[in-house]
Amino acid sequence: MSELLQPQSPGIPLPVPTLYSQPYWDGCKVGELRYQRCRDCGAITMDPAPACSACFSTNLDWEVSTGQGEVYSWTTVWRPQTPAFTVPYVAVIVTLDEGFWLLANLINCTVDAVHVGMRVKSTFVELSEEITLPYFEPAD
Amino acid sequence: MAKHPFHDVAIVGIANSEQARILEGHDSTTITFQAVHRVLADTGLSPSDIDGVAAGPFSGPLTYYMRNGPSWRHYMAPSIPTILDAASAIATGQCHTVLVAHGSAGVYTERASTAPWTRPAHEFVVAYGMFTAAEFALIAQRHMHMHGTTPEQLATVAATVRNNGHVHPDAVYYGRGPFTPDDILASRMVADPFHLLDCAMTSEGACALILTTRERAQDLPTKPVYILGGACDSFGPSYQHPPAWDLAGPDGQNNGYTGRWAAQKSFAMAELGPTDVDVCEFYDPFSFEIIRQFEAYGFCEEGEGGEFIMDGRIGPGGQYPVTTDGGTMSFSHGGAAVQQLQRVIRGVEQLRGTCVTSQVPDAKVAMCSNGGAGALFTDVMLLGTETP
Repeated sequence: MSELLQPQSPGIPLPVPTLYSQPYWDGCKVGELRYQRCRDCGAITMDPAPACSACFSTNLDWEVSTGQGEVYSWTTVWRPQTPAFTVPYVAVIVTLDEGFWLLANLINCTVDAVHVGMRVKSTFVELSEEITLPYFEPAD
Repeated sequence: MAKHPFHDVAIVGIANSEQARILEGHDSTTITFQAVHRVLADTGLSPSDIDGVAAGPFSGPLTYYMRNGPSWRHYMAPSIPTILDAASAIATGQCHTVLVAHGSAGVYTERASTAPWTRPAHEFVVAYGMFTAAEFALIAQRHMHMHGTTPEQLATVAATVRNNGHVHPDAVYYGRGPFTPDDILASRMVADPFHLLDCAMTSEGACALILTTRERAQDLPTKPVYILGGACDSFGPSYQHPPAWDLAGPDGQNNGYTGRWAAQKSFAMAELGPTDVDVCEFYDPFSFEIIRQFEAYGFCEEGEGGEFIMDGRIGPGGQYPVTTDGGTMSFSHGGAAVQQLQRVIRGVEQLRGTCVTSQVPDAKVAMCSNGGAGALFTDVMLLGTETP
């Protein structure tokens, strides 16, 4: 397939932020991929959580990722989760350069091009007033 | 005295209800009651002999309608952890005879979508179209990248398991084969590397087991099957966070090999090792999971699972026959929990020697499992005809 993968259209089920994840979604709205770092031990926590996943401290700060990383694993989905999704779409786990994983979809790329180790960068798509969704696309 | 408290507990009753893609005229409650009637008939017990019920949401109703209260009860949708809890309750004297049951019918009706239990609406996956097949595909792709595991090896697993169901008269997909690996590879792609026939199906059904003390088991008509060992590994909630192979705690034990530590504990309890296992009733949500489990449990080295399952090793008459009723790919997949209990039911059937199809001759030790790395957990049980 030579067509470039596109973001999903409005109408897909959207995230419902929690008290401790709201800063992450606020970041997406202004084009920032935010993650938590522990003030006590320095470890990164992702997905957003109420406590550090290394030392369980609640003394967490938000930092902004470069959004650069590489594909850790991937799958091209041909049977949609629900009819709200357009296939094919590619789910990826990306290892960000800061050292955390994020699960998202890959766009602006052909289905055949995706591979483990592929360099990618974050990009943001507004899907509702409340939710702007991070995607990844090829870095160059 | 037993070398481990589990060894004082036996599984004395097993039953499956009818299984089908759609069970007309049933809901989850009525099909569960059918399985309960069948398991009581299997053991010759009556409701008044039961003093513990572990049947998820049906624990309360069953206790009320059987009038067997006061009774020990357990409310989690039952799978291997529930059986181990029931065995623990018996071994510690909280009760002596536990009914474990679950059923599902009429739950999955929106067929344009994937099954509802496969797609929790968590904020970090919901908008990315994730469901079970995609979660497990992310695990399989990582292994293929690291070790060169091939689609043909995955397809060999799927063909083997599906052919076990093809010959089993009670399987939902009875007579729907036989399959070659090429047939699997020719089916449509669902989530790369999984073709349709690499994946579990969905169906409806119920099943039930009865556990009791070793002592009481001697007075019952069925051949007792003993719990030699069992344990559970979890790395977090299923389908909410990235299913990364390398997700690990500080000691480096990783999600890719979830089930390894449960298996090591189980083998230690049983005073056995992988070579003592006669039949592998492994959970088969996706073909790759069988390959992963042979590595995780120590049957072969890391990265060698793809080669290990080739050349008939896991088929009928092979060294380690797997999932001998057809599993979730062909026997049945009645929801979130029923099909997990069915791995243990098939293990008991093998050790009783009563399998109508794919009986492993003189089987003495069965290894049963639930879960998978795509779901961030794996539970393990070892069953035996004798205890150490």
